[in-house]
Amino acid sequence: MRISSKQITLLVLLALIAVAPFFFPSSFYYRVGALVFINGLAVVGIVILTGYAGQISLGHAGFAGIGAYACALAPAHLGIHVGLAAILGALISAVIAYLVGRPILRLHGYYLGVASLGFGILVAMVLSNEGQLTGGPDGIAVNDLGLRSVLNDMGLSLTNSEFWYAFSGLTLVVGAWLALNLYNSPTGRAWRALHGSEVAARTVGVDVARLKLQAFVISAVYASIAGSLLALQNRFITPEVAGFMHSIEMVTMAVLGGVGSVLGAIFGAIILTVLPQALTVFAEHEMMVLGLVMMLVMIFMREGVVPTLLRFFRGRGE
Amino acid sequence: MPELMQFLFSGVTVGAVYALVALGFTIIYNASDVVNFAQGEFAMLGGMIAVFAVSAGMPLPLAAVVAIIVTGLIGIGLNKLAIEPARGAPVVSLIIITIGAAIFIKGATKLIFDKQLHRLPAFSGDTPIQLMGATILPQSLWVIAGAIGVFIGLWLFFTRTLIGRAVLATSNNRLAAQLVGINIKWVMTLAFSLSAAIGALAGVLITPITLTSYDVGIALALKGFAAAMLGGMGNPKGALVGGIVLGLLEAMTAGYISSQYKDAAAFIVILMVLFFMPQGLFGLKSTDRV
Repeated sequence: MRISSKQITLLVLLALIAVAPFFFPSSFYYRVGALVFINGLAVVGIVILTGYAGQISLGHAGFAGIGAYACALAPAHLGIHVGLAAILGALISAVIAYLVGRPILRLHGYYLGVASLGFGILVAMVLSNEGQLTGGPDGIAVNDLGLRSVLNDMGLSLTNSEFWYAFSGLTLVVGAWLALNLYNSPTGRAWRALHGSEVAARTVGVDVARLKLQAFVISAVYASIAGSLLALQNRFITPEVAGFMHSIEMVTMAVLGGVGSVLGAIFGAIILTVLPQALTVFAEHEMMVLGLVMMLVMIFMREGVVPTLLRFFRGRGE
Repeated sequence: MPELMQFLFSGVTVGAVYALVALGFTIIYNASDVVNFAQGEFAMLGGMIAVFAVSAGMPLPLAAVVAIIVTGLIGIGLNKLAIEPARGAPVVSLIIITIGAAIFIKGATKLIFDKQLHRLPAFSGDTPIQLMGATILPQSLWVIAGAIGVFIGLWLFFTRTLIGRAVLATSNNRLAAQLVGINIKWVMTLAFSLSAAIGALAGVLITPITLTSYDVGIALALKGFAAAMLGGMGNPKGALVGGIVLGLLEAMTAGYISSQYKDAAAFIVILMVLFFMPQGLFGLKSTDRV
């Protein structure tokens, strides 16, 4: 039986999630692991937008902010469960992405970058300025998801950090599976065609505007759900989740690992989530080391860590 | 009316700083197609180095010159150590390199200097000048003069000197420029040092008004980038106008609508301008090669 690269990616991912806990000396590592998976989910969305369809966004944290604050605000004001609130947040993100994407996706390259950046900043600004609603810059508390106690009643007792490790890990697998399926779908092929050349894609009948918008909306939903998970896990959220730095972080993770592949991007999420945690021992030098790693990786592995390594090993095998 | 004048003055002052940062973006973009997100850090470095040179006993003008030269050298270092080795890498990778450089420079500054807010003495006193019912700080005039001076200098450089034309030729067509004997590497080095020096000048000029610390770079980079895009990336005139317009928009929104949402107005206008003019105010219409 031949295993497709899609199955390999999912198997690697599942193995990683299952095996990593054996090396965890304390429950803190489960928290970092969960954070890796949540960032990974947002970054898979960037892979669809940037890696597949070739569009840049410097404002995707805005959607993470919408997803996160939906979990905080919808239960309090609409009286719905936080789980439903996360889904509502994803819907709102999709609608906003549709409305915002229509005008700005006509732009190219850096112009698209600055337009999406503007959108992200607007969201972050509303979240921190409308204090009476959002709690302002200090943040706001989020209800418990309640799934852990349900599992507990069913006889599966997990600590809080173990639960979030498993839950966000599984969400990431589902997200990665969907993205991998999209890659070879007619839509995915059309995305890659317009990534290669918009004019050529249009010539062969690809509805460029609609496909770009689809990629934008789908990646916005990924970012929104990642934001919701972050809010639910921490039970607390601040406007920083929608900030410019978070948007940049998402893009950096994706590019560092290799934006063309789901596995590469998740690897980038691992590096940029674990590295700052590991670097806290360097305290004073943390930022310098982080900046240095970013520069060195991009200088010596221009297409990202995973694609470069894959090519290296394939090249040696021949 | 005095109110309007007051907002106008403060808008033009801030706008002049954005314009200087945007000019720095423009020069590097023209020479290399890279949007250098470390541009704001150059402005931060200019301010910080000048502050510490003054506190080490240097007279202010000398401190300013030292800050500009040192930052220029750091710009050359960035090009030689990080951009040149990555020649031919995808543009997104180059952007990540400059973001990495920005984080590195920020971290190094925090370590070498400190985390405090610092100020420089104003160049010619703190007595506000009365003008048309409003007041303007002498330092604001320095900032505006600086932006205009740099713009005129660049304009002369790019249109009247052989070296400047070589940079323009490189931005038009790299390969063709190389074929007529232009040393591309040298042009890149020049672009980075020039743009770092202009950034440092912006930092030195604005520090007496807004103060500085190791983390002010990113906000300046963001505004400078937005200003450059508003004017049309790669066009020095666009950078100047984009910067001033952005500064005015911010000041007017802060004055008449809400200071909390001053950045919002700026970005909404940028979105609208780009909607009708996808290449910015002065950008050239580009056609895709198939």
